[in-house]
Amino acid sequence: MRGNNWKDYQKQIADDRFYYGRSCIRQNFFPGSEKAFINILQRDLGKDLFDDPKHSSCTGIGYHADVVPLETTMTVVARQFSLMNEAGYENFTTSCITSFGIYTEMLATWKEFPETLERTRENLYKATGREFEVPKCMSHTSDVVFHFRDQIAAKAKHRLINAATGEPLRVVEHIGCHYAKIFPKAGVGGSEFPYVLAGMVESWGGECVDYPERRHCCGFGFRNYLVQANRGYSIANSQKKLESMAPYKPDFIVANCPGCSMFLDKWQYTIAEMEGTTYGQNGHGIPVLTYEEMAGLVLGYDPWELGMQMHQVDVEPLLDKMGIDYDPSAKYLGRNGRYIGKPQSAVVNAGKTVYDIRE
Amino acid sequence: MGKYFDMLMEDVRMQEGLHACMNCGICTGVCPAAEFYNYDPRQIVCAVQTRDDETIENLLKSDTIWYCGECMSCRPRCPRGNAPGYVIQALRTLSQRLGFFVESEKGRQQLALKRTVGDNILRTGYCIVPKVITPELHPEQGAVWRWIYDNDEEVFGRFTPCYRKPGAGALRKIDDESMAELHKIFEVSGGQKMFDTIERFSDEKAREMGYDGADDQYMMDVFTTNSNNHY
Repeated sequence: MRGNNWKDYQKQIADDRFYYGRSCIRQNFFPGSEKAFINILQRDLGKDLFDDPKHSSCTGIGYHADVVPLETTMTVVARQFSLMNEAGYENFTTSCITSFGIYTEMLATWKEFPETLERTRENLYKATGREFEVPKCMSHTSDVVFHFRDQIAAKAKHRLINAATGEPLRVVEHIGCHYAKIFPKAGVGGSEFPYVLAGMVESWGGECVDYPERRHCCGFGFRNYLVQANRGYSIANSQKKLESMAPYKPDFIVANCPGCSMFLDKWQYTIAEMEGTTYGQNGHGIPVLTYEEMAGLVLGYDPWELGMQMHQVDVEPLLDKMGIDYDPSAKYLGRNGRYIGKPQSAVVNAGKTVYDIRE
Repeated sequence: MGKYFDMLMEDVRMQEGLHACMNCGICTGVCPAAEFYNYDPRQIVCAVQTRDDETIENLLKSDTIWYCGECMSCRPRCPRGNAPGYVIQALRTLSQRLGFFVESEKGRQQLALKRTVGDNILRTGYCIVPKVITPELHPEQGAVWRWIYDNDEEVFGRFTPCYRKPGAGALRKIDDESMAELHKIFEVSGGQKMFDTIERFSDEKAREMGYDGADDQYMMDVFTTNSNNHY
């Protein structure tokens, strides 16, 4: 069934000349992933990608926290498209699932309700003197990596394989609700059998774990995390996923959305500190990767240049499984190569100074 | 037809998200909020489609409309093509326009969201930046985030040439001209008006509750208060 279903949900992904939209969340928590995406596109694949200093937040988190009105978000999105037009590009690729949901929602709304497009044009012109045309192709940055997955596989320095046993690594892929649940046809494989991450995992030698809560939300829930009083919602939904996946013994989680990557990492820390519960095979956490980090490791990028020291759950057990040669002493170096001290250890970490809250 | 229903239908998300609901409950079956809160999106849609003013006004003043996480898991599941998440967005927008949001504990949190995410957009051009994720207000971010927060120039400097400076790259300072365009967009398209509305009604409610207006104390109280009556 899967084979038939996801093939019904194919989308156009451009081959070259991308206008890049950064993500508020990804640049905060995974700046190395954004850097890696640009390097993979420009250096490894020889593509043209424009990183525009003028673009701003799409306002998506404010929109889904219900403080930014629809018309304002529409007009900010229109400005991003105007910047893309100005730079001479037609293919917009965004590094954030919330933004991707925003862009697809605004494009669909303009199509369904043409009067909203006219009002947006008026608002943008009145506010900035700008005009705009919609992109020829709208993609999430994971769509682009998926599109080039076989070219990346051909350049692979490492595969998603246990170096000691030769067995495929077991991977939990988490898509992120706004990738395809709002507009299923905007995502590779739709909302039922999204294939954007699974396609990468399979091309690079791993195997995806199917588990009951595979399509459950990570628990972000916008106001349910952003307001401290509501965070029980967020951690409870992450916990539901973690409990569901743990019996399948995944080697790592890979997430499509920067928010999901962060929450599935950080809530493992919180659950371990609160209850002493961990979900990894080694008595610690399950490493959570972005797809850029996964692609970067496959291509032989240094894990600390990918920014994997910014994760709460240590990634070293995964690096060891993949047979990746890395310098442990380079993990906590600053911008000029100077040691800047290291974080305190925690239950989810696998380092030597680990303590167990249950003891 | 009720006046509140008419007002809701001015929102294109209502036109897109509410056709005749047959109350099958599949939206509730997949809803993360329904698992955590005493919440049932099926009942929300059911209440709205009565078009009854009193019923809808009660909803607009309730905690109930603020439980949804807007994950939109309901949207692809509905056999009638409804999207309870869109209905929630329209209800929340109207609740704020009419000042009804301050009548519930969860609704009053809109001030905290406006003053954090909302103000941050107009201050920096981003919804969040590292310096607003303080370890004190975000203990769940853990030991590694504290290390990043305390060494931000060093850690981010490894990945971006322009941390809090002009240029192309992660966490850059957005130029003044772009920020001016963003501010003007908020003025022209209703964003600033929404911010002002949230502030005005919150200030009135804060005074009614015995605060000296919507000051920092009120803001922190709405940010942290959980009566635990929501489950």
